Amino acid sequence: MALKNKSEISVGARADGGSTLEFNTGSWRALRPNIELSKCIHCMLCFLYCPDNAVKIIKFSDKQGGNPEVIGIDLKHCKGCSICSSVCPVKCITMEKETDALKRDAEKR
Amino acid sequence: MNNKNYTIKALTGAEAAAEAMRQIAPDVVPLYPITPQTQIVEVYSQFAADGIVDSELVRCESEHSVMSVAIGAAAAGARVMTATSSQGLVYMFEPIFIASALRVPIVMNLVNRSLAGPINIHCDHADGMAVRDSGWIQIYSETAQEAYENTLMAIRIAEHPDVQLPMMVCQDGFITSHSLVNVNIYNDDDVKVFVGNHNPKDTLLNSESPISFGTLDFYDYFFEHKKQNFDAMENARRVIREIQDEFSYISGKKYGFVEKYHTDDAEHVVIAMSSACGILKGAVDELRKQGKKVGLLKIMLFRPFPEFEVAQALKNARSVIVLERVSGNGAYSPLYNEISAALYHYQNKPKMVNYVFGLGGRNFGHKDALNIFAEFDKLDSEFLDQNNKLRYYGVRE
Repeated sequence: MALKNKSEISVGARADGGSTLEFNTGSWRALRPNIELSKCIHCMLCFLYCPDNAVKIIKFSDKQGGNPEVIGIDLKHCKGCSICSSVCPVKCITMEKETDALKRDAEKR
Repeated sequence: MNNKNYTIKALTGAEAAAEAMRQIAPDVVPLYPITPQTQIVEVYSQFAADGIVDSELVRCESEHSVMSVAIGAAAAGARVMTATSSQGLVYMFEPIFIASALRVPIVMNLVNRSLAGPINIHCDHADGMAVRDSGWIQIYSETAQEAYENTLMAIRIAEHPDVQLPMMVCQDGFITSHSLVNVNIYNDDDVKVFVGNHNPKDTLLNSESPISFGTLDFYDYFFEHKKQNFDAMENARRVIREIQDEFSYISGKKYGFVEKYHTDDAEHVVIAMSSACGILKGAVDELRKQGKKVGLLKIMLFRPFPEFEVAQALKNARSVIVLERVSGNGAYSPLYNEISAALYHYQNKPKMVNYVFGLGGRNFGHKDALNIFAEFDKLDSEFLDQNNKLRYYGVRE
């Protein structure tokens, strides 16, 4: 991507909203959250606490009678901080070493 | 009928700064007391408690937090002012640089006080000079009147779209901040019109166009953002001039980056900043009566540094003494360096020595000012080398 000149960028190094999407911060992760959706009660605590907005949801889910529904984790942006796992009231999110998870992924392939 | 547009009030320098804040009535004032600035936030807190101003006062647990709150509030679009001194300023050293980098137009009154150690509460310019390259505009006030007027102008300068930089309005601790003098306080209505409203374009609370402040900025863009700041500081020269001209309509005075006191035909010029200039003017008056061609150049704006104005003011000077209330500590004092740089490219340069004086609030009176001017008699015949260009006035060897 061509770099922009001084006159083309915002003053004070301010970034436009949503620019975090462009950065694959998931590669920093040392621990990966695994979510067991069958146990999930869709209380939205993990969604609210996630500092990276990496809990994927459906806002108005028919399955949840018009309420929001958790559908997984955005692993491209999740940094593996484990907050979701510790706030989960039904313990359906467990943290796994990223290296183990990657090995598992490779075997699956 | 009284058709004056001001009221004369007996105020200290600190109260005069608080009076300017009252008329500006910023949205947010984060504060923490520190001598000799305390009176500013104390008086302002009283205004708020009495319902005279409706600012949100945030009583922080440290100056680091004061500046952090100021940055956050300003990023949210609020008009923010605060005040500090000495140890307080160096405690907020880290966020000071962030404020200018984020281009938030905070106005802060800095009541100059020496830096510990040894611990001392009195005036010198070590605190202001420690942050001279932080990207803040700095203006130094000689009197309470100047501190008041500079504060009013500062809010307009800082918030100008071509500037968007924080600004420090400095006055001398105790000498100015605690001396009771007559100050002309301009009518609230006139000041209100002059100050206007603050309507920043990009703010955190603008949900229509969401932005982030304080993002990571590496080798790909850091330099460009820094250059924007340097450009803004250069723009400030023009903007300060415009705002000073505009303020002249209220005050009837003429402003500048420097004040030339009998410098036009002066052979010997003392250059100084802040309160000492009042004393030095008295000495100039006395010596002028004796027919001596002496003058005083008062530096008001320190960042951006008025290089051109300084060189112009010194074009007829034969010798110059730079009198500064801070030491370079292993080098010349900051002002001496700036003035040397300003004169370097000119053919006819005056002889110039650096005098450090008044550290830790050591008194500088009329006799001292005369002593400084008496140094010129020797200076003309002296050969200057590395050993005698840096001198100290008033220290017991």
